[in-house]
Amino acid sequence: MRPEMTTASLDTAARTSAERGALARARLLRGLLPALSLALVLLAIAWLNPRAISYFGFSLMLNLAIPIALATIAQMFVIAGNELDLSIGTFVGFVGCVTATWLKDAPLIGAAILLGSIGVYALLGALIHLRNLPSIVVTLGMSFVWQGLAILVLPKPGGKAPDWLLGLMAFKPPFVPFPIIAALVIGLIVHFGLMRTSYGVILRGSGGNPAALGRAGWSLLKTKIVLFALAGLFGVLSGMALIGITTSADANIGNGYTLLAIAGVILGGGEFVGGRVSPIGAVIGALTLALAASPLLTFMHIPPDWQVAANGAILIIVLAARVLISRRER
Amino acid sequence: MTSVKSLLTKPWIWSFIGALLVWLATIAFTGGYGAGGMVTAALSLAVFTVIVGVGQMFVITLGPGNVDLSLPANIGLASAVAMKVMDGNDSMIVVGLLAALACGAAVGAVNYLLIWALRIPPIIATLSASFIIQSIDISYGRGLQIKPPPGFADFANWQVLGIPVLAILTVLFTIGAAIALQRMIFGRSVLAIGQNIRAAWLAGVNVGRIRFLTYTLSGALGGIDGALLAGYFRGANVDIGNEYLLASIAVVVIGGTSVAGGKANVPGVWGAALFLVLLLTMLNTFGVSAGVRLLLTGLIIVGVITAAGGQKALR
Repeated sequence: MRPEMTTASLDTAARTSAERGALARARLLRGLLPALSLALVLLAIAWLNPRAISYFGFSLMLNLAIPIALATIAQMFVIAGNELDLSIGTFVGFVGCVTATWLKDAPLIGAAILLGSIGVYALLGALIHLRNLPSIVVTLGMSFVWQGLAILVLPKPGGKAPDWLLGLMAFKPPFVPFPIIAALVIGLIVHFGLMRTSYGVILRGSGGNPAALGRAGWSLLKTKIVLFALAGLFGVLSGMALIGITTSADANIGNGYTLLAIAGVILGGGEFVGGRVSPIGAVIGALTLALAASPLLTFMHIPPDWQVAANGAILIIVLAARVLISRRER
Repeated sequence: MTSVKSLLTKPWIWSFIGALLVWLATIAFTGGYGAGGMVTAALSLAVFTVIVGVGQMFVITLGPGNVDLSLPANIGLASAVAMKVMDGNDSMIVVGLLAALACGAAVGAVNYLLIWALRIPPIIATLSASFIIQSIDISYGRGLQIKPPPGFADFANWQVLGIPVLAILTVLFTIGAAIALQRMIFGRSVLAIGQNIRAAWLAGVNVGRIRFLTYTLSGALGGIDGALLAGYFRGANVDIGNEYLLASIAVVVIGGTSVAGGKANVPGVWGAALFLVLLLTMLNTFGVSAGVRLLLTGLIIVGVITAAGGQKALR
């Protein structure tokens, strides 16, 4: 988009093999950046409080990592199509309220509501594509809709998670804490679906070069609907997982997730335009934010006032590191 | 007749028509009671949306991806700074306003610094900045229960013949903004960058400087807005700017400014701001619950955007 970028990409045509080797190393380093940032945060925690690096410590520290990771994946699908979802946080809150009320008291109706809400997401994708709407404004408007619905479903904090969900989230596998296993499974499933199947390539291509994809005969309407429906699906999973952990709901429970999810995708190596996203990176980004936001600060004796700032600072540091590496790519 | 026809083709006229319809619906419900008072209240509240809306409009006009997400945090911090500097003292009002302005401008400058130095999309830059500003505000404003000086609170609530003085001043400011946009080099450069950044650069527009100025302007307007809000509501708090993220973007888009950039509209910001405020007044008058109010606000915004639609960039 900026002038210097276009000239830089023209230069890539004339490069010697030695330069290409350096380029490959820079790319590798860039790909490893999400993992490196997670490792750094883990090292800092281990150094500050060695006892935290244990089965029990991780279970506690990563308590909320599963819903954050799922919300991040949801956001990632939207970003893959060059759009942005500013409503995912309130959507997660809405799903939470439905989970703690309808899904427990009348499972069939609850399930129907949740499926319907995924349908609404799919429709939003269609609307955004057909009317050429800015997704930021549409989803910002939708964030009010979900919040309003959440308050209507559950006017006061309360409700209770269904027993099967509580049982699932309290699962204690041997040796490796549940959040880590869950994060791995989520990351691998989405990685396979989006990065290793042919339709996954089409989905990413719809963000990379929509014009080319459209001329090749693929329906851009369909890709947008699928991407938004997937975002809705993972939003539903995130809300359910969240209620499985907190056991009761509140209409504002998911509000912070909108910004956390965007930050997670970007931390994980995703780019805003061009369909460049990474599911495993997004999960790692979510874990990094979950660990850095509260456990790390607590161990560093920094008051919780600065939790949000820590997220911002990590985002800026990682992006700065990315710029330094990208400069070597030139 | 031709003048009516040409008026109807203007994109901003629809936001005023919408505001008028909402107002008529409300007074039809109340049987004409409180019609004037409603306009006064709507004008006083719309002012705050218009000020940040104009800043956001300049930013959005820079082209796709340009948006200032740090406004709510910026407003919150500036309101705390203004109240702390004024310290309930009438003689410090001007200094406090300048401090809020400087605080906001600094936030805007930092936003652009991040965009420029990290080469990241403005959404992410302003988002990460807003995380940090929010924390600074929470930490700085902790236990801060400073009221505005009586003179400042009176000024922010001052009305002449039912018209808020702040609204008159804001009308003058928006006229200035419209002139800056259409008749001054700065505004023309912003439009040129929004239409085609590369062409603007080749034509000799100092793209970096104009983008820096635009983000600083948006930040400064957020800062002054925070101070005025704290005066109007007689106190600063962390959440004072929260609703202005949606509001600032919504008034720009509803007001007929192109989200794709390169096409801006100042009068529409006023129309859209009045529309949003009157809409909330209407829903409150109808006595709907908080849930229904949020639901309808969201649906109406999505509906209006859908009806306006089709302005996205052909990238």
